Amino acid sequence: MATAEAASASEGHGSDGHGHDHDHGQFIAHHFTGPRQQYDSCKLGIWLFLVTEVLFFSGLFVAYTIYRYHHPEVFEEASKFLDTRLGALNTIVLLFSSLTMAWAVRAAQLEQRAVTTRSVLITIFCATVFLGVKAVEYSHKWGLGIFVAYFFKYDGAHHGDTNSYLTTLSIVPGICVVVCAALAGIGMATGKPLSGKFWGALALGLGGYFAGVGLGVGYEAVFASEGESHAEAGDHAAPAEHAEGDAHTEAEHEHESTEALVMDPSSDEARNLGLFFSIYYFMTGLHAFHIIAGVIALAWIMNRSIQGHFRADYFGPVDYVGLYWHLVDLIWIYLFPLLYLIG
Amino acid sequence: MAHDSHQQVSAEGTPLPSFNHPISVTTLLATFAALVMFTIVTVVVAKSLPMGRFEIWVSLGIATVKALLVMLFFMHMLHDKPFNVLIFISGFVFAALFMGLTLSDSEHYQDDIRAAPSFEGAQTTPILARGAEE
Repeated sequence: MATAEAASASEGHGSDGHGHDHDHGQFIAHHFTGPRQQYDSCKLGIWLFLVTEVLFFSGLFVAYTIYRYHHPEVFEEASKFLDTRLGALNTIVLLFSSLTMAWAVRAAQLEQRAVTTRSVLITIFCATVFLGVKAVEYSHKWGLGIFVAYFFKYDGAHHGDTNSYLTTLSIVPGICVVVCAALAGIGMATGKPLSGKFWGALALGLGGYFAGVGLGVGYEAVFASEGESHAEAGDHAAPAEHAEGDAHTEAEHEHESTEALVMDPSSDEARNLGLFFSIYYFMTGLHAFHIIAGVIALAWIMNRSIQGHFRADYFGPVDYVGLYWHLVDLIWIYLFPLLYLIG
Repeated sequence: MAHDSHQQVSAEGTPLPSFNHPISVTTLLATFAALVMFTIVTVVVAKSLPMGRFEIWVSLGIATVKALLVMLFFMHMLHDKPFNVLIFISGFVFAALFMGLTLSDSEHYQDDIRAAPSFEGAQTTPILARGAEE
């Protein structure tokens, strides 16, 4: 295995005494014998963290599997409401962000600081583009009345104003961009160019959200007719009375729903679709939450890169955040076919 | 393999420490190209080939190939310690255990659910109802 080679190579060129001969380094904690031990320890820690993340998500994957195993027809019906092309677009955006992340790690390892900063910035930009496209998808569904199970009220007509949902979703990203731009201005004006550079870059990165919204809205404008036919396909599925009538039965006896479904499968489609969308919103929502956490971690990495902290023997933080970022990508790699490519 | 082109010096000309293995640009770009290709393949296959119940296995198979590419190259698993790889894989083993046991359990209760005469009937036979609920 490559790792074994690497270990023997390290013995070869005598750096195994780790850093006692050269300076201990600004960021090497004193309880480590040197950069290598610190790196290995942190790496073990991040892998353990990723295992907890896999197990965290596995609960939702289990819910998905059990519900789909017993009610495959609900998934085929519900999947018609999801736009495969927007999903595929987001997949490629996320894969590209993984590429730039891996590139940032490489650049940090080679001490190419400007390349590291730029790669991390592109990664943040792609992350927020992903969120922007997701916001368009969510608001489109909310406009049709497609919510989680208890609130599901799709009946083929538009319930709410899609644009107002989208505007509401865009408030926080908008504020973030404005605040970052203001802090960039303050940094420049008060003679702190590094801080100004960081906040300016972050404003640019977060602006990706609006690029994503633009992409999604533009896409929906071009393929609007197609969207309508999708809506029609699901039209017969959820007559309004069902959604209304079932609402309190469900509230009162939530766990009986599976039973009732087996007894009379044709009468409960609205509720079934609602259950699918509960799973959909929780899986994609938890994933989006991880993207947001990733953006915060990436902003931290970008700041440290701008400050010039990373060296050939201290690139760990870029690597650890990178591993987390790739895991978020891995989860999406499974979510995409499971949610968008049914039937 | 493409990662054989080890750069042994940093941008400033100092030798890299032994735990530092930059992945070559060629490998990164090739991995990305393969991932995009598999994404297109999975969409085309799912949307245009009628495969019925095998579709999900084909989709998941392609997703697993993509996941392996990300793990091996983007996550540097090829250069990582075997112990770290073992830890990460163990996460999937436990997730599979979780999935498998829960799935077999739910299958077990489906018979009870089907056997329950009706919701009202189930209320008069509490043991059956409890079985159906869990």
